[in-house]
Amino acid sequence: MNSFTFTQAPGVAAAVREHAAHEGAAYLGGGTNLVDLMKENVARPAHLIGLKHLPLAAIESTPDGGLRLGALATNADTAYHPEVEKRYPLLAQAILAGASPQLRNMATNGGNLLQRTRCYYFYDLATPCNKREPGSGCSAIGGYNRVCGILGTSESCIATHPSDMCVALAALEAVVRVSGPNGERTIEFADFHRLPGDTPERDNNLQKGELITALDLPANGFSQRFSYLKLRDRSSYAFALVSVAAALELDGNTITAARLALGGVAHKPWRDPEAEALLIGQPATADTFGRAAARALAGARGYGPNTFKIELARRAVVRALRQATEMTPAPDDNAFQNSNP
Amino acid sequence: MSSHFTQQPVGPAVAALVPAQPVALRVNGQERTLRIAPWTTLLDALREYLDLTGTKKGCDHGQCGACTVLVNGKRINSCLSLAVAHVGDDIQTVEGLGTEEQLHPLQQAFIDHDAFQCGYCTPGQICSAQGLLNEGRARTADEVRELMSGNLCRCGAYSNILTAVLEVLHAQNA
Amino acid sequence: MSQTIARPPDIHLGTDYIGRPTSRVDGPAKVTGAAKYAAEFNVPGRYYGVVVSSPVTKGKITKIHSAPVLALPGVVQVFSHENAPALASLDKSYKDDGALGGSPFRPLHAPRILFSQQPVALVVAETFELARYAAFILKIDYEAEPHATDLETQRDAGFEPGKGKFGFQPPPAPRGNAKQAYEQAPHRHEAEYTHLAQHSNPMETFATTVEWLGDGNKLNIYDKTQGAHNVQRYITKVFGLSKDEARVVSKYTGGGFGGGLRPQYQVFMAVLAALELKHSVRVSLTRQQMFSLGHRPHTLQYLRLAADDHGALQSVRHAALAETSQFENFTEDVVSWSGLLYQCENVKLDYRLARIDANSPIDMRAPGAATGSFALECAMDELAYKAGVDPLAFRLLNYAERDQNENKPFSSKKLRECYHQGAAKFGWENRNPAPRSTREGPLLVGYGMATGCWHASQQKAAAKARLTADGRLTVSSASNDIGTGTYTIMTQIAAQTLGLPLEAVTFVLGDTSLPEAPLQGGSWTAASVGTAVKNTCDELAKKLLGLAQKMDDSPLAGVGFEDVQFVDGQIRRNDDITQSVVIRDVLQASGEEKLEVESGATPDTAKQLPYSMHSHNAVFVEVKVDEDLGTVHVTRVVNAVAAGRILNPKTARSQVLGSVVWGIGMALMEESVMDHRIGRYMNHNFAEYHIPVMADIHDIDVVLVEEEDDIVNPLGVKGIGEVGLLGVAAAVANAVYHATGKRVRDLPVSIDKLL
Repeated sequence: MNSFTFTQAPGVAAAVREHAAHEGAAYLGGGTNLVDLMKENVARPAHLIGLKHLPLAAIESTPDGGLRLGALATNADTAYHPEVEKRYPLLAQAILAGASPQLRNMATNGGNLLQRTRCYYFYDLATPCNKREPGSGCSAIGGYNRVCGILGTSESCIATHPSDMCVALAALEAVVRVSGPNGERTIEFADFHRLPGDTPERDNNLQKGELITALDLPANGFSQRFSYLKLRDRSSYAFALVSVAAALELDGNTITAARLALGGVAHKPWRDPEAEALLIGQPATADTFGRAAARALAGARGYGPNTFKIELARRAVVRALRQATEMTPAPDDNAFQNSNP
Repeated sequence: MSSHFTQQPVGPAVAALVPAQPVALRVNGQERTLRIAPWTTLLDALREYLDLTGTKKGCDHGQCGACTVLVNGKRINSCLSLAVAHVGDDIQTVEGLGTEEQLHPLQQAFIDHDAFQCGYCTPGQICSAQGLLNEGRARTADEVRELMSGNLCRCGAYSNILTAVLEVLHAQNA
Repeated sequence: MSQTIARPPDIHLGTDYIGRPTSRVDGPAKVTGAAKYAAEFNVPGRYYGVVVSSPVTKGKITKIHSAPVLALPGVVQVFSHENAPALASLDKSYKDDGALGGSPFRPLHAPRILFSQQPVALVVAETFELARYAAFILKIDYEAEPHATDLETQRDAGFEPGKGKFGFQPPPAPRGNAKQAYEQAPHRHEAEYTHLAQHSNPMETFATTVEWLGDGNKLNIYDKTQGAHNVQRYITKVFGLSKDEARVVSKYTGGGFGGGLRPQYQVFMAVLAALELKHSVRVSLTRQQMFSLGHRPHTLQYLRLAADDHGALQSVRHAALAETSQFENFTEDVVSWSGLLYQCENVKLDYRLARIDANSPIDMRAPGAATGSFALECAMDELAYKAGVDPLAFRLLNYAERDQNENKPFSSKKLRECYHQGAAKFGWENRNPAPRSTREGPLLVGYGMATGCWHASQQKAAAKARLTADGRLTVSSASNDIGTGTYTIMTQIAAQTLGLPLEAVTFVLGDTSLPEAPLQGGSWTAASVGTAVKNTCDELAKKLLGLAQKMDDSPLAGVGFEDVQFVDGQIRRNDDITQSVVIRDVLQASGEEKLEVESGATPDTAKQLPYSMHSHNAVFVEVKVDEDLGTVHVTRVVNAVAAGRILNPKTARSQVLGSVVWGIGMALMEESVMDHRIGRYMNHNFAEYHIPVMADIHDIDVVLVEEEDDIVNPLGVKGIGEVGLLGVAAAVANAVYHATGKRVRDLPVSIDKLL
């Protein structure tokens, strides 16, 4: 870990000013990922700006019927918030599928979006990695890439975004509110994270010094028919090999609205509007789900150790859609966990 | 054939080191002042500066839960937390839960049900279980299993940890 | 003798602790955080050493750029091969009690790199954080050479290791004609079974605190180890210290599982730095560095089994190829179990090693047997199906009444009872034998079973017992408690032998100032140290009786040692228990302040030699498999173990519970995966090397089958730390087959293999 200076910022504007005033500054939220990366010497900030005194921990309704999640509300407080449990149970379920109770007590909503990949090579300074050291090469391609991506990959990087929460946020079409040197702005969730392309060192579209202040959830939380299905190498406390957030609205057995997002498969939570379109107006049957799943994985590419993810993701999509339709507990990991709801 | 291994460049590495400063922490109800730099984690502050070695270092990366302590009643991984960020917080470690003469109910239940073997994950398990009780989210055995899964036990004492935690949980709810 | 522990009196006596479920005597210290582990002896003013690990797998160091690091205020020194002092020159000085054939690795000895993550430097600073930072910026130039780390590419490079480490026996000579019998048999099965390397990953990382005492070169070495004397011998030989100068202390060990059977490099580093700097030093390894300490080796196993139409085994062939390093031959007993567990006249067993550019493997819980029993027991399951026999019936049909490897009878063998009691508790008779026959909602349900055995052995051990005038007994032996319950069972044995309440007895271990005990491993501690404690306390009891008989009007005058009993704080005549003396009064009356005896125990080889001595188990597993998604949950396990006398059912049960968790980990998730282009384990941390969490563990039932054995040792114990692991992984894989009809022969049975 590098030596660094530390300040607790008293407010949002002060934090942003502090960031601009220091070369190599970084914001410190819950620290669950940043401190880890600092210990690995992957992140080497010279100045840390503590955010805990910023008034960004509230969770409150918005005038348009949505819900605003403060960027500094912890993942645990968010998942267990009565309004989230009632109106956005998909989000609660996704959050609780991630990490551990201790980490969820520390991790903030804003920080969750900024988690960096779990690609082994990114973490290991003994190996080249374009995301860590641009231009050094991608070790995962041709290497042990079981955890890596199958969609939207590039020749530079096949890393995945590790968040569970973000998969639900993508499905729910959240909006990210940020504050920065140039004032405030909002970013549609789909535009927040990036694909690796030839700049895999950039995970997202935040500008330098910008600070996430809140996540706005639209009014429709798909609270009647939803499923977050996570597949991993053990029953809990493991990153997703594949995860699926599925949310549906039905009229009888006809699908009238559909959201589908995949985790563990791409550099960002993966949504495929065409796959969702294939669901609309169709009966909620295995055939329909299969077509949507096939579409969602149509562009997938395996790299050897992770090729199984293509078939796994296809099946997971079908299962998640069925679970959302039937609103039955998942007969997989979740059956043994009894997490929300 | 041979090749040079090139170490990753470390940027403006050998910068001036940030000096240690006095930092006041409230640990187990006591105000403690220690001289640390910002790079000292809460875990290292407890173990190396305050001689509170009950809190364990199993991975130092938030992957095992051995370092679990309670901050303002909530369980966290102290290894991923900077000590300087906890000024003003109420920090409780296993040493603050009970003593050998006056065991906390969880500590007694862990002994009664042989909920540990080597004992290294145990303080973290117990602090985590106290956090679980504080949260009030777990009622069934499956819920306890899931909500205690942030604490690895390589000796594999899980069945007995579950029994111990359930006993205290049920006694508390009775 | 007043009471032989092998045959307990029928009347229940207050101080009869052996066999009674007893809470750990070290429990209060462990649950309150008071128990101090190696890195927790906070000696004042200590320096911190952080180890620098090689990013290169093979090659050599060409330059170490220490100057910028040494310029940092607070950095004390950078140790490497460039400045390490001249130490012992011969290999034999580096050979510890767990040493292998070959040439032991010497840290900081030469610029040569033999494996990825090899320790290449130690950076010492005034604080841990500074040492960590300095270790990071220390620039080292390497010249890398091509390496070979994949055992798969070394299939033709296998060699017979000959004699390996202490206790290793090469496979027995072939018997009968296994090839011919195989070809003539109606039911045949052959397949390869594999697993990659696995790491034991105890929760406490390896660490050493060396306290510099200033008096000459006197050191207190607080080390994480499974053998304090082993570390002391190694350190004294390597650094030329006297025993007096190198006291090794290991009071609490946060898990061992074999990793602490050899001195690990952090103790070398810490001692080197302390001696050079004349200062106290702590060196703790990181979790990532735990993947550089040795592992259960990647092993390829080929099984060929055949049975006749009645299901009788006709042929067993088991060949294993395992990795070892370029510098040592790591040997473990993988295949001999296949000639031992079942009755078969035609057996051929082969065990070979092949070298790769990795560190030497090291013993990992039930070394060899965990590997071998997985393959054998899966293969037996496969053959049972081919022969049309229930897997349990198949095993009963081929039950070995004698050890055919050694041509000896068993000292005791209650495996049949394990099968029956385990099966009854599990409900094996409800099993529909057809694969894919049982569903529960969308889940496929499968039952599988397997079996295993493990050596029951005893090593030489010594102990000391001291009774003081206040009636307190302190018994000591430099053994270790890696979570096994050593503190507790030794306290029970001592208390019962002298008839004292448990609270009046303290057992002390983990210190080279105490009488020597063997390495804490091999499941032999209860037998070895337990017998030493028993003998020592018996001798103390005899002395005590002598003093009691000198008391005025002693009711014990003239009676022999066999005619009295030590019970409930008294010495009583067997023929009239009202004729007694209070133990506490004896010393007080004698005017002695204490009574002290040092003694020990060695195995009675003449008695043991005619017998084959093993513990056994039978494990039954239920899995539920989501076939679409490839997820497996082990929902129920019954593990029936026959391991001789159980000293403490409470801690013994925990050993078996833990073994089951290990087996589930081995079956479903554990593997250390190398990128062979780099020659490095890539999942070298706890986030990606998965071990089970609580959510993975459901109902586990432990059946401790009664087994009497007066051959193995006077206590009749066989040890229970390892046998419970055997067969668990195979039972899981067999249950997965029963559920799904799919055989997975390369562990772990992960999602991708079931899709």
